[in-house]
Formats: sequence, C-alpha cells, structure tokens
Amino acid sequence: MNEKLIYIGLGIFGILGPIAFPDYVMQMAVLWIMVLMATTWDITGGQMGYNSLGNITFFGVGMYVSAAIQVSMFYDLGEFTASYGAIKPVFTETQYYTGLILGIIAAGIACAGVALLLGLCVFGLRGPYFAIGTLGIAVAAREIAGTIEVIGAGAGIAMPFLPLPIEYRSLFFYVLCFVLAVLAHFVIRWLFKTQFGLAANAIRDDEDKAEAMGIPTLRYKQVGWAIAAFFMGCTGAVFGNMVGYIEPLEVAFPVATFGIFMVAMSLLGGKGTLWGPVLGAILFHVVKEATWTYLLGLQWVVLGLILIVNIVYFQQGIMGWLQKKYPEKFGIVVDQSNIQVKEEA
Amino acid sequence: MLDNLQLLFVYAPVMNVQMILDGIFIGAVFALAAYGLALVWGVMNVKNLAQGDFVIMGGYLAFTANNMGFHPILALPLIAVLMYFYGVVVYKLVIRRVIDNDMFVSLLATFGLSLFMQQVMNLIYGPEVQTVDSHMHIMTMFDDFVTVPMVKVVSLVLAGAFASAIVIFMTKSRTGQAIRATAQDARAARVLGIDTDKVYMLTFALNSAICGIAGVLVSMIWVLQPFYGIVYSLRTFAIVTAAGLGNLPGVIGMSFILGWVEQYAGIIAGAEWQIAAAVFVLIGVLLWRQIQMRRLRQVVR
Repeated sequence: MNEKLIYIGLGIFGILGPIAFPDYVMQMAVLWIMVLMATTWDITGGQMGYNSLGNITFFGVGMYVSAAIQVSMFYDLGEFTASYGAIKPVFTETQYYTGLILGIIAAGIACAGVALLLGLCVFGLRGPYFAIGTLGIAVAAREIAGTIEVIGAGAGIAMPFLPLPIEYRSLFFYVLCFVLAVLAHFVIRWLFKTQFGLAANAIRDDEDKAEAMGIPTLRYKQVGWAIAAFFMGCTGAVFGNMVGYIEPLEVAFPVATFGIFMVAMSLLGGKGTLWGPVLGAILFHVVKEATWTYLLGLQWVVLGLILIVNIVYFQQGIMGWLQKKYPEKFGIVVDQSNIQVKEEA
Repeated sequence: MLDNLQLLFVYAPVMNVQMILDGIFIGAVFALAAYGLALVWGVMNVKNLAQGDFVIMGGYLAFTANNMGFHPILALPLIAVLMYFYGVVVYKLVIRRVIDNDMFVSLLATFGLSLFMQQVMNLIYGPEVQTVDSHMHIMTMFDDFVTVPMVKVVSLVLAGAFASAIVIFMTKSRTGQAIRATAQDARAARVLGIDTDKVYMLTFALNSAICGIAGVLVSMIWVLQPFYGIVYSLRTFAIVTAAGLGNLPGVIGMSFILGWVEQYAGIIAGAEWQIAAAVFVLIGVLLWRQIQMRRLRQVVR
C-alpha cells in the first residue's frame, strides 16, 4: 500500500517533472544518475557488506567504451581524437542512434566483464582492505586512461553531437537516465526477492558461516558486483553523451567526488535497504544543488562537511533511524514476552 | 620505452645513481608519513585516508612561511606544533567518534575529512602546482650527469633525525610506553590506570605533527598541489600493508622500494606513469597478501 504510493509519486514526478520545470531538466537527469549510483552501490556495499570505494571505475570505463564504439563504427578513432573536436564529423540520425544504443549496451557488458575479472583479484580482501583496494583500482584506471592516446589521453574526446534540435537535447538524456534508473530499481528489487538476496545478506552477516553452509560466496559476490557494474557502465555511457566531452580526471573517473558521493548517499538514506539509497540520493542531490546555488565557491567544502557529519553523527541513515523508531511499520516485531522471561529469571 | 631502457642501461648507466639517490630522498619522506599511519592504525585501529592531505597541509604551511620570509626549515618546529594542535582538534571532532565503530566508518570519515581539506586548500592556495625555493646550492657528480641538490640531503638527514627521535620517544618515555601499552591491549591499559582517550588523542596529534614535518620536506624537494594528497595516502597504505604494523625496518625498506619503483617507472614508461606506478604497487601488495593468505585458507582482514 505504502509502496504503491511511493511508486505513483515518483512516477508522476519522473514523467511530469521535466514538463513542469523545463529549466531544471538537466539537474533532474543528474538526479536519476545519482539514484542509479546509490542503488547499484548498495548491491555490494549495503546488502553484502563489501564497501567499495571504486565503483566509479565502471562509470568511467563504460563512458570510454561507448565513446570508442560510437565513433569507431563510422570513423577512425585515432584521427577523431587527435583533432580534439576540431573536425566535426557528421553522424546521420541512424548512425547516431544505432551507435548510441550499441554503445550503451556494450558499455554495460564490458563493465560487467571487467567486474567479474577484478572480482577475482579483490574479493579475497575484507573490510577496509577491500575499500582501499577498490579505491586503488579506481585511481589506477584514471591514471591509465590519461595515458592511452587512442581515447584522447589527458586531453579527452569530444563526443558526437545529438542530431536533434537543441531544446530536446536535455529531455532526450533525461528520458534515458529515467528509464535506466527505473530498470535498475526493478532489477534490484527482483534480485533481492530471490535466493540471491538471502545469500547476499548471509555473506554480510557472517561470510565464513555462509561459506560453511555451502554458498559459493565468491561467485555471489562477483555476480553482485557485475550487476552493479553493468548499470554503472550504462550510466557512464549516457553521462558521457550528456556532457558531450570526456576527460579522465573530472568527467570519467571523479574518484573524490561522485565516487564518494554514491557511498555517502547510500549511508544517508540507510544502506542495505531498497528505498534508502533512493531517498538518500534525492536528498543529497537537493542539498548539493542548494549549496551550488547559495554557497557558490564554498560548495565542495560544505559537501565535505556534510559527508563528515553524516558519517560521524548519523551513521544508521534515515531508513535505519525510521526502522528503529517505528519498527512496527516495517513489519519488525519486537517480542516483548521474551524480555519479561529474562527479567523473571 | 625501449629507448629509455637503452639510455638507462647502455648509454648512461650512471643515471641509475641519480634514480637510486632520488628514490632514497623521496622514500625517506614516504617513510615518515607511513610511520605515522602505522602508529595510528596500530594504536587506535583507525585507517586514516586523510594522511596524504595532512602531508600536503604541512607543505602549504611551509609555503606560507616561505612567503612571509621565513625559511621552511626554520619554520619547521612551529609547523609541527601547529599540526599537532590541528590533530587534537580533528581528534576531538571526528576521530573520537569513529574509533569504536567498524573500520569502514573510520575510513569513510577520514575520506570525508580528506575531501574537506583538499577543498579548503584549493580555495586558499588555488589549484596551481607550487614549490618552495630553499636557496641551497646543487652538487653535481659524474661530469654533471648526477645532480644532488643540497636540500634533498638536508631533508634526508632531517627525516632520519625525526624518525630516530620518534623511536626513542616511543621506547624510552613514559608516554611512549603508555601508547605502546594501549596498542597491545587497550582494556588492560585502562584497567592499569592509563587514560586511553588521552593516549589516542596524543597518538593522533603526533601522527599529524609527523605528517606536517613530512609535508615541509615535500614542499622543499618536490611539488605541492591541493589534490595530490590522495596519492600520498595510497602510498602510505601500500607501505604499511606490505610492511605490517610496528615493523619500522620494514616500513623504511618498503618506502625506499616504492621510491625506486616510482623513479624508474617515471623514466622508463614516462612521467605520467609515476602516480600509476605507486597505485600498482598498492594493488600488487594487496594481491600478494591475498595469495599468501589463500595458502592458509584465510583472507586479508
């Protein structure tokens, strides 16, 4: 009942939002990207207890893979990047759209593959070592992307231009982001209703016991990360086209900004819950945009402060706090009889 | 790449001397920062991801002192004291509240701190790469093939002196003994009357001061940029993970190795690979530890 209302509310917002506020379409598109980041991070971070600081790797890899595919299908990639956007090759409509769709799908698949391989290397690490290892991978990916000449090295690639009138541009990418976010949400929702969810939570609670019970933990962790990576890759591909210009430091691998925001958003909303990351992402984005508008120049400082306050003073997140305060609303029954027995004894 | 290898080992093998010396000079700075991290990690089980930003902050303090007309080395004691009190403040506001939590929380909180510090330094000093001119002369050897700036030698000596001072402090003084006792068993230390909260504060502040000293040395022998901190953090993590906690010779050895790896990667593969090399060392160390532990059917915790 409650959930239906949330779906209806978010659906109305998602569909009518860009029509009602045409000036903020781009910001709303970024909002759905933030929702995607937080919900996919939560697959391994919240539900499995593997707190990755490096999921942003897939964002950037997806971006570059899709860019490479979109361009190299019709032009020589090396020549295209060497011109730094000076030569504007014309993509016909069919060329652009087939390139974009193939690019997004290929980016997702490539990232899932990368996650499966990287998973072999990092899932023997626990807790903080896992976080540091994945952070290291993200930084390494950033540095490597800055050295490969074909994809523009440090100077970057200018993406092909959307063959639509300029006023439809942001709407087009908004729809892509929205559809992707909805898709990811329902996949995750379905995923955690199956046995996968039980196994994931078992891994979070006690991995050694889960292993002893015969759960192939490594495979579950790899698959969970690969699903997160798939959506992160698709998101990166869309974001790359949306921004129109890819460069490793700020756009593709923003390790210290989006890479950490996705963790902060999940924590703010309450990690390990279905709706927590969504809620956290929406709240965080609103706060972020507000600081951008009213505290320009200080925005990053304020965001760092919010992050510290959130983590240090408010760790359980909004959903966690609500669950503690109103357990009956979440179907958690506090068994009073048990407590009395203990007191008598 | 092949040309560079040829240059190093066929045409001018004397360049290796330069590489090895530079590796040692920069490794000494890494060793200081890494020792601070090992201290905090070992005593209070906090993994400080803002370690590198403390280093950069010390460097920028030296930069400010230099702009005001003081030589960085003269300002060093003052900077160490300032950083000490900064460490106390950070401990009181942030670290004290994350010690008892699970370790990911401490990692994230310090990452938030790192973001905050980066951005404040960016606001104050701007994103340009800065360095401090130490006005010391440069020695040359082997027909000008090898240059050894005097300032690097001085910084190496200073790093060594401070490291020995810290070791003596940790082993001989009562406070040092209290810190080590807390590291071994915090509960027993509390029972025996050691104020562990104060010990934690001291440890964190000491770490901050050590980072400040390392930062002053970095400002003189290398470059400063507000966003370089994260790479220093990853380097110190690589060193401490490889060497283990409370293993000072290991920390020093690993720091030199990391310094050499970076120098050689920079000259063989190109300057843009220098940071990547440091990160690869971290990933390599973590992989190696995993393989080691897998043989015992265990994981790296």
